[in-house]
Amino acid sequence: MPPFVGPEVAWFALSPLLVLSGGGLLLLVVGALTGRWPRGLYAAVTATVAGTAAVLAAIQWSRIADDGPSTLVAGALSYDAFAQFLTITILISVILVVLLTDEDLHESDADGPEVYGLYLMAATGGIIMAAANDLIVLFLGLEALSLALYVLAASARQRSDSQESGLKYFVLGGFSSAFFLYGIALIYGGTGSTNIGRIVASLQSSVTTGGDNALVLAGIALLLVGLGFKVAAVPFHVWTPDVYQGAPTPVTAFMASVGKAAAFAAIVRVLVVALPFYREDWRPAIWLLAVLSLVVGSALAVVQTNVKRMLAYSSISHAGFLLVAIEAAGHRAGEADPGSGVVALVIYLLAYSVLVIGTFAVVTVVGRNASGDVTLDAFKGLSTRRPALALALTVFLFAQAGVPFTSGFVAKFGVIQAAVEERSYAIAIIAMVAAVIAAFLYLRIMVSVWLSGESSDVDGEPDQTLRIPIGAGLAIAAAAAFTLVVGVMPGWLISTAEAVTTYAR
Amino acid sequence: MAELVWLIPAFPLFGFLVLLVFGRRMGEPGAGYFAAGMVFASFAVSVGAFFDLVGRDEAERSEVVTLFSWLPVGSLQVDMAFLADPLSIGMSLFVTGIAGLIHLFAVGYMHGDPKFSKFFLYLNLFVASMAVLVLGENLLVTFLGWEGVGVCSYFLISFWHRRDSAATAGKKAFVTNRVGDWGVMTAMFLAFGAVGSLSYSAINSAAESGSLAQSTATGIALLLFVGAVGKSAQLPLYFWLPDAMEGPTPVSALIHAATMVTAGVFLMVRVNPVLAVSAEYVPTIIAWVGVATALFAATIAVAQNDIKKVLAYSTVSQLGFMFLAIGSGAYVAAIFHMMTHAAFKALLFLGSGSVIHGMHEEQDMRKMGALRIAMPITAGTFIIGWLAIAGVPPFAGFWSKDEILLFALASSPALYVVGLVTALLTAYYMTRQVIMVFLGTARWESHAEEHGAHGEFKPHESSPIMLLPLIVLAGLSAVMGIIQLPSFSWIPKDLQYRLEHWLHPIVAFGEASISDTSAYANKGWFALLAVGIALAGIGLAHLVYSKRSLPVIEPQIMADGWRYDATISDFMGGPGRRSFEGMVALDEKVVDGAVNGSATLVRSLSGQLRRGQTGFVRNYAAVIGIGVVVMLLWFVVGRGVL
Repeated sequence: MPPFVGPEVAWFALSPLLVLSGGGLLLLVVGALTGRWPRGLYAAVTATVAGTAAVLAAIQWSRIADDGPSTLVAGALSYDAFAQFLTITILISVILVVLLTDEDLHESDADGPEVYGLYLMAATGGIIMAAANDLIVLFLGLEALSLALYVLAASARQRSDSQESGLKYFVLGGFSSAFFLYGIALIYGGTGSTNIGRIVASLQSSVTTGGDNALVLAGIALLLVGLGFKVAAVPFHVWTPDVYQGAPTPVTAFMASVGKAAAFAAIVRVLVVALPFYREDWRPAIWLLAVLSLVVGSALAVVQTNVKRMLAYSSISHAGFLLVAIEAAGHRAGEADPGSGVVALVIYLLAYSVLVIGTFAVVTVVGRNASGDVTLDAFKGLSTRRPALALALTVFLFAQAGVPFTSGFVAKFGVIQAAVEERSYAIAIIAMVAAVIAAFLYLRIMVSVWLSGESSDVDGEPDQTLRIPIGAGLAIAAAAAFTLVVGVMPGWLISTAEAVTTYAR
Repeated sequence: MAELVWLIPAFPLFGFLVLLVFGRRMGEPGAGYFAAGMVFASFAVSVGAFFDLVGRDEAERSEVVTLFSWLPVGSLQVDMAFLADPLSIGMSLFVTGIAGLIHLFAVGYMHGDPKFSKFFLYLNLFVASMAVLVLGENLLVTFLGWEGVGVCSYFLISFWHRRDSAATAGKKAFVTNRVGDWGVMTAMFLAFGAVGSLSYSAINSAAESGSLAQSTATGIALLLFVGAVGKSAQLPLYFWLPDAMEGPTPVSALIHAATMVTAGVFLMVRVNPVLAVSAEYVPTIIAWVGVATALFAATIAVAQNDIKKVLAYSTVSQLGFMFLAIGSGAYVAAIFHMMTHAAFKALLFLGSGSVIHGMHEEQDMRKMGALRIAMPITAGTFIIGWLAIAGVPPFAGFWSKDEILLFALASSPALYVVGLVTALLTAYYMTRQVIMVFLGTARWESHAEEHGAHGEFKPHESSPIMLLPLIVLAGLSAVMGIIQLPSFSWIPKDLQYRLEHWLHPIVAFGEASISDTSAYANKGWFALLAVGIALAGIGLAHLVYSKRSLPVIEPQIMADGWRYDATISDFMGGPGRRSFEGMVALDEKVVDGAVNGSATLVRSLSGQLRRGQTGFVRNYAAVIGIGVVVMLLWFVVGRGVL
């Protein structure tokens, strides 16, 4: 038996991951050994760790721009612009969510390092998914993310609906992970490897030799089930409304941003990077998932009365939009000119992550006052009580609806443009219809905010009971500024994102 | 000056921002005057740009002002750019001019409203959006303004949201407009797919050079028309507009009569070369939708008793005339009628606002009458507006309506006949309104208590700040026909077709020519016929409502708008709502299972676990399982070796 030879490790290239996981562990260990830290310190440390990792990722980005993409740790991870873009997206989301969490934990007297440590671990898992160059590594990332999310969903210990949500998520998540793992096994059976580079090489040769591909096809089907569950695509969406509603609001924001970004990154890795030879097979499946998600998500969102549930369905509809981008990318996956599907996807993910956290941040602030109850009624007359908050929420809702001059418009426009470029007219039209339906949902919230329930003293003082914590205020302001800046001047972001289509494998 | 067109939206946008921050501190009337000042500044820029363009050669009357590159997505470059050409500058002249007057009126009208500064905040944002809409250099910039005016419209309709009907009306406007927005968005991407650009110059020159396939042009034209139908309240999406009159009257005048609702007409004129190369049936559809809406709305207006509802249906009807013009290839006439209509309809709405104000918020015409004595200036100006819309020469409405009818005749006699009947009804219901409000006997004394008047109730004339805009608009309604006089031999050559010459470079490709038709040859006779029709309508109404020598024909079904709106509401509230609720119920039973917060609060974790094992989670897993089977079937059976 030959001696085990450890792979060569490019430590600096891995630095964002190392900082994150190291920071998370350190936070948990030191936090457990010391007494309760002063208020806000946990959050500040977590944000600093995430910020450091993000800066390091930006440095990797420029190194990749100079030296070109490569693989790390004996081909286990990709070192390319796509991975770094998603790393930065995930870390921005982590920072924003952390700002939001501080007050929420403090209020419920549950301040401690655990939630923050789990955020960092989940983010590590998400980044591994985005950078995975091996299906087993991807699965490890997926599980690291998912396990952390199950616990986070149940982290509001005194609320039974939070526990219920964590449990449901766990049971169903385990169910879907099993399918995913079985899919990996089938792909391994069909191609002889779990490494993405070798899968591609194997398929390239089997095209000439004419291999038996039923195994691979069944594997793709099961991988899609696992990933469809993670992105909450219909019909694998069933857990979303319950879990979103039951989980603490900052955790919901985390799931909607980090969870979704990581899962879509994984879809790109599996379908676009690893299996472009099967694009004619998986594209129709994606088409169907996209259409179902768009229609069901938008239509059911409209009739909800709980705002968190509304946003859960709206996130399903957003997943549909993102799948439209994948469908567009599927037309020319693996070619020298891959089209703009993946570029549109990463822009959408970044824009959506920021604005969904912003939306949930406002929901957190409003819901705290109404003891966690976030029905539409809780938003009534927000414009007179807290005009600035109402304005920020309006920006986010406009962006979710895709109104021009917001990042949401740039994102939706990019996706539909990518679809039109590939002549997928039907799906583009369905996406626009869904956007039209979904707009009604955002209007309902806005009507509550701006028009209903104004007290008679219109010039009254702002409601003092509705205090905006500093952290949440900062997160909301930053998210709103980003949403507007990208909406007005998206050029820099789009030209930056165009680099992501050169993958390492 | 033309390179400064970006200032036209910039001034009101600045006003919006200032009012957003300092609005409450500026208070009343400071906020109102400030907002009006911003709009008049835009008007001044428009005037400057107008004279700049007039001074140039015809070929050079088009200037693109690029502010920055907005969306460089892949092969698509979209700039945030404005286009200063005769059409856009002409539009912004009348938009900002009339908007300025309406701002002034609103200073008086909104007096004492607790949300005074908020009102002007929305109004300024509206003017900024409208300016972006008309000045946009490409479809996307126009769409930005298109969305902007829509948003302002919903907010202003629901401005007095404590009225339930106002909130419903805002919702209705939103939903129907979204249908239209979908049309515009889809047209945009179709144009991008075919031409590779969204700029009007690229799309229009592709159409002119023949490189745009007829099928694509048909698609673009029809989808834009869907957008226009939503925005400009045509059949079958008209029903939001009459309800939109729940908003304050200056809003009805500005947004729902003079400017925003004409955006659809503007858009069709903007892309007239595309219409010209689309299939034969496209203009026919547009013309028939237009004329059908005109007739339909006019029959409803005949039986309305609310002073603003009459004007609302009349607006729908007049917009129908504009689409009749578009469908007949008379783009100049469409713009001409849009401008004259903006003047006289704004006048009529503001006049009605003055009446409502003077009558202490009374809108029922049955409780008015003989107001000419109490409100002489309002009455005088309203009567000028009435003559203009009824089509009595030499007032503005006559000239524009006559030109549309002439083109309709050249295109199809059937269109002409329906148009003529509508013109008769227009004169009839407007005369009815004038008689009920200003003439006859006073019927308001017996209703004094209902108006909340203390002691003796007496309608009063409005303040000078409200009367000034009325007088200016009355002047415009009287003489505005001068911008586009027909070629009668007794009219000096210099005064003929001035608007057409001004717009010539833009409509040159699409404008229909009717100079060799018999309709054109006998246009003098047809003009006389139109005058006769108008006078007949007036006379008929006089006999019915003044002399009482003919019976009043106001069947309930016409008052109810042929029950169109009610039918849709019933459907949406009945089967439509039920199907949605059914969908939810299905989702909750089979798929969903709500978290029963309060019920589960008391349960222990073991209870949760049991519930998790035996309850909904199993259903969830079943749904996922079905998904798995479908996926496997597709991949292995559908695509695989089997």
